[in-house]
Amino acid sequence: MLAPARTLSGADGLKHLSVATPDQPLELDSGRTLDHVEIAYETWGTLNADKSNVVVVCHALTMDQFAASPNPVTNRPAWWPNVIGPGKAIDTDRFFVICSNILGGCMGSTGPSSRRPDGTHWGTDFPVITIADMVRAQIALLDKLGIQDVFLAIGGSIGGMQVLEWTIQARNRVFAAIPIAVAPRQSAQNIGFYEVGRQAIMADPNWRSGRYLDEGTRPDRGLAVARMAAHITYVSEASLKQKFDRRLQDRQSKTFGFDADFQIESYLRHQGQVFVDRFDANSYLYITRAMDYFDLATEHEGVLANAFRGLDTRFCVFSFSSDWHYTPEEARDLVRALNAAGCETSYVTIETDKGHDAFLLDEPEYEAALFGFIDAAAQARGLPKAQETPKANS
Amino acid sequence: MKSGPGSHGIRRADHVAIAQFINKGELVLDVGCGDGQLMELLQSERGARTRGLEVEQAGVNRCVAKGLAVVQGNADADLPVYPDDAYDVAILSKTIQELARPKFVLDELSRIARRVIVSFRNYGHWRVRTTLMTTGRIPSLGQDTGWWSDGARRPCTARDMAELAAKAGLQIAAATAVNGKPVTGKSLTRLNWTAEDLVFVLERKKP
Repeated sequence: MLAPARTLSGADGLKHLSVATPDQPLELDSGRTLDHVEIAYETWGTLNADKSNVVVVCHALTMDQFAASPNPVTNRPAWWPNVIGPGKAIDTDRFFVICSNILGGCMGSTGPSSRRPDGTHWGTDFPVITIADMVRAQIALLDKLGIQDVFLAIGGSIGGMQVLEWTIQARNRVFAAIPIAVAPRQSAQNIGFYEVGRQAIMADPNWRSGRYLDEGTRPDRGLAVARMAAHITYVSEASLKQKFDRRLQDRQSKTFGFDADFQIESYLRHQGQVFVDRFDANSYLYITRAMDYFDLATEHEGVLANAFRGLDTRFCVFSFSSDWHYTPEEARDLVRALNAAGCETSYVTIETDKGHDAFLLDEPEYEAALFGFIDAAAQARGLPKAQETPKANS
Repeated sequence: MKSGPGSHGIRRADHVAIAQFINKGELVLDVGCGDGQLMELLQSERGARTRGLEVEQAGVNRCVAKGLAVVQGNADADLPVYPDDAYDVAILSKTIQELARPKFVLDELSRIARRVIVSFRNYGHWRVRTTLMTTGRIPSLGQDTGWWSDGARRPCTARDMAELAAKAGLQIAAATAVNGKPVTGKSLTRLNWTAEDLVFVLERKKP
């Protein structure tokens, strides 16, 4: 239990590029700079001759760059196989797809678990970063790869926040954007839930004021509790009721103790336990903080539409009816602002009881709408049309 | 081909009647766009750029799956965020008689778009008038069921619509019976007697 989280070793061998050097540091919203930034990434498909078929996939809080192929470090399967692949909405036969581990993450990109030049780990000395900083690093990565224009930026949850930032920062270099299950600002409720998680991590004696990597400890208990609290917000009451209700876990009656009597307890404990094997506690602090700070309207004179005014990008916003982490009402606020800004906008709500996590799951109507929007955008961009009707999920 | 709601196929007769007033390259907002048939027609046959607003999510999702730009929203509530003069044309295709706030919506559309095209059932048609006179009952047109049906439309005539347009600061630039030839506003009396389905092209009154 005292070894560093295993995601940290092994991730060094993943595909990565240096996007900041002492000569060209990464300037952060906080006013600080980072002299050394590595961004780890993965790609699928082939870049076409005029580099017009680039799809940027932005991953969510606990995901990584392995959207469409298994993660060789954790051995976890691709997290978006129903959306990315040959013949899928993001068709790897037509598009060059790139997904990078976010700045502050722990799958090979620079973050609080990275080492400083002196060999010690950053820990909480790492600068607090924002969604905009993450996107700055991603744009720098594409610059390093010689890519100027993005055909499509797509992502869910915090990935959706990055998509919105992409359209604003890489102004009119993004042809189409699909923000999914996201809001234009982090709600007080979400800040509250993530603060519970952060406090759980920091209350773990193994956290050691953030220096656990140098001290050889692991705040697994705290990180597991953080994951348990957050996980509740990713599902819905209806799905919990359907899956668990008040059923007991491998027992006939209550034990009058604090074991996991209920299936929901056992499930959450399991979610927490498997999470600590693949995630870094300090990364969790930094990334959730970046989400807390996300508020596009405040950054644009208090008027959300100002963020998007004059953009040529075409948008398709997705929300899910039972998502209470990022609600359809918040998505509609975004859509109204896009309309007010005069952007070409579509908005789809999918009826589902699966809550926030629905954006990762098989929902035929969702996949059909993604396919239609992306295919129409591809034609408008002069890219090849889909060869056939969308392939069913294998 | 018979006009109105009984017609089938890709090209609805009132859509064809509307399309003749749309010019190449114009940016069109279809309010109550359903599953996007009119938008497809305007894109493919008139070379227009189209956006849709639809209250029913199922229709929106079908539109987006077809590659049309449509948002789920309520015309009675969501139009105020749209900027002035954002569109060349706004269309209410058999929608205005279904709205909760027709005058509000027309006011908003006249601000958002330079032209507003309205297609609607004309309850001034001679058959309606004679049926009312002889039977004492409001006749139903086409697929109408009882007047009490959910979402039953507002019965209004060509003259009633002209009155609303005037109140919204609009004038009738052109009018046509679906399947008929466009006429000027002066022939409204005849249209009000003879047309079951009408298309009005409305423009802001010159100051």
